[in-house]
Amino acid sequence: MNQNAATFADELRARFPGCDVIVAEPRGEITLQVPAGTWRDIARSLRDDFGFEQLIDVSGIDYLGYGSDEWDTDVSSQGFSRGVEGRGPGRFKWGEAFTEQAPQPTGIEPVESVQGRRFAAVAHLLSVSRNLRLRLREFCADDSLPAVDSLTPIWAGADWFEREAFDLFGIVFRGHPDLRRILTDYGFVGHPFRKDFPLIGNVEVRYDAERERVVYEPVTSVEPRVGVPRVVREDSRMDTAQGESHDLKINGGAR
Amino acid sequence: MSAPSLQNPPASTGFASNAAEARQEIRNYTLNFGPQHPAAHGVLRLILEMDGETIVRADPHVGLLHRGTEKLAESKPFNQSIGYMDRLDYVSMMCNEHAYVRAIETLLGIEAPERAQYIRTMFDEVTRILNHLMWIGSNALDLGAMAVFLYAFREREELMDVYEAVSGARMHAAYYRPGGVYRDLPDRMPQYRESKWHKGAKLKRFNEWREGSMLDYLQAFTEHFPARVDEYETLLTNNRIWKQRTVDIGIVTPEQAYAWGMTGAMLRGSGIAWDLRKKQPYAKYAEVDFDIPVGVNGDCYDRYLVRVAEMRQSNRIIQQCVKWLKANPGPVMLDNHKVTPPSREAMKDDMEALIHHFKLFSEGYSVPAGETYAAVEAPKGEFGCYLVSDGANKPFRCKLRAPGFAHLSSMDAIVKGHMLADVVAMIGTYDIVFGEVDR
Repeated sequence: MNQNAATFADELRARFPGCDVIVAEPRGEITLQVPAGTWRDIARSLRDDFGFEQLIDVSGIDYLGYGSDEWDTDVSSQGFSRGVEGRGPGRFKWGEAFTEQAPQPTGIEPVESVQGRRFAAVAHLLSVSRNLRLRLREFCADDSLPAVDSLTPIWAGADWFEREAFDLFGIVFRGHPDLRRILTDYGFVGHPFRKDFPLIGNVEVRYDAERERVVYEPVTSVEPRVGVPRVVREDSRMDTAQGESHDLKINGGAR
Repeated sequence: MSAPSLQNPPASTGFASNAAEARQEIRNYTLNFGPQHPAAHGVLRLILEMDGETIVRADPHVGLLHRGTEKLAESKPFNQSIGYMDRLDYVSMMCNEHAYVRAIETLLGIEAPERAQYIRTMFDEVTRILNHLMWIGSNALDLGAMAVFLYAFREREELMDVYEAVSGARMHAAYYRPGGVYRDLPDRMPQYRESKWHKGAKLKRFNEWREGSMLDYLQAFTEHFPARVDEYETLLTNNRIWKQRTVDIGIVTPEQAYAWGMTGAMLRGSGIAWDLRKKQPYAKYAEVDFDIPVGVNGDCYDRYLVRVAEMRQSNRIIQQCVKWLKANPGPVMLDNHKVTPPSREAMKDDMEALIHHFKLFSEGYSVPAGETYAAVEAPKGEFGCYLVSDGANKPFRCKLRAPGFAHLSSMDAIVKGHMLADVVAMIGTYDIVFGEVDR
């Protein structure tokens, strides 16, 4: 499989010189990272010339806060609080900003990602004839209105996967025939899988006996609560996997 | 809406018997199907545009069971989300766990011990039979055959006892863990106790298979199961009504199957011999002998035949696993206590084991930064887990690829031109479970 993956990666590099081909060793998973605005054309040639008959999955990712943690594990136990002060994933309400725990004890500021590196659309392709898999990723150039081209003209099955990514992340798929919400409620506001969307949600629903109908209200019945702090630890025992990591340049190489 | 003018009469004018009828415009009507409908398999809401009894357009509305599993997984350590996986496709529980656990193991660069892999293979197949029994029962019930449901649930009960014996839960097992399975197979199968209703010869018959270990019980099951499958086939395979409802209904061409991202029995029913267990083997599928059944026409009947044949193949795989597991005792969890908990005994007198246990169940383990896609051949098709880790003790993104979601999206393309009753046959043959479609 590995020899196979290496030759296939070379094939891809030769065919798509402008793309980034990432091979995760030792398991031989290949990611093709394409420049903004090119993913439909590349997907088409992957289907027609490389035998990728099937689109298995399309998903959105929000890279906001990638690699941030809530405990600083490098400092000693002296003079360092075990409490969590930032508003990391799941720790804020509707209307509050997502922050990370900045180097203590200075203030807590909202997280900002590198422009054009926040949202990505990821497609997983499968070739039945060649028994190969490929991951395709395009970062959305604009963070305020993330958009990529729709793959529906190439694989009809992209339809619902793209609707889902639009619903949950707000990624617009240009050329999609029917880009409606799919999983959330009728009339839902916001994109719930974005990292700056609260885990507890924005509205809750209950039956109002006086008005004799179901009403929507801001969430009051639950408080944001996360049981376990987010911790990033370097574990030397996991060396085997270290070779697989790849800098996506999401944090400008700062981390 | 303007009234049809005389210059531009409606199409139906030619069939009108009087002037009033000629002015009537015949238009399609919209039918709301579900979400509270016994044939909707949960909470499917279909908006059907109908021309008489023929479907012109089908617009499935999903998401009524959306719980945000993937977002919830982002806020807790890796191990704490295994229980959520059971609740996705809640009739093939352990297969979902398998995909998630495999994704974590791939990122960590660890591999479960051989015995654990055989146990996983065996339970994946037990799960496949469980799922197909549920499917054959409910699909037949939808199409008017009541008895199959009762037969299928008899065997489901026997297999759920296996789930319970090994994990303590009949359905939501949370049995697979990164690094192996939670515990070894029990040496003793629980037995029925004497009661007012179970006594004497009846009690003896109930406990007949339960004298030995769980593997003995499973072996007894596999010896009897092929005859049970014959019973379902007697009820359905040559049944005239069953064939009228399924033959040439919902034909999926190989091109359509590719374009719509279909996997599993939906793909194999259309004649494409693709099975991850054979083509990209995981666990111990490379070591066991089985065949891939494929269909010819890609209609509901072929998919029925494929799934019935799959049950027989699963039975074969279970038999081989039982044989291996009986002969080869060994560890079922890795000894790496950064990922797997130490034994209870060790914790009582070993400080290090105690620390490991505390850290593992409070903070969890950090998974190296990276991303992976791990897929398993779940009973319904390819169930995949796309896991992105940024080096933390919680997943950064966990996208679950559910086969039912891709299948249901093709609904409009497949049922167009069919009759209303065929939509029910189609929902049945898709083998839809909303836990995984809505996630």
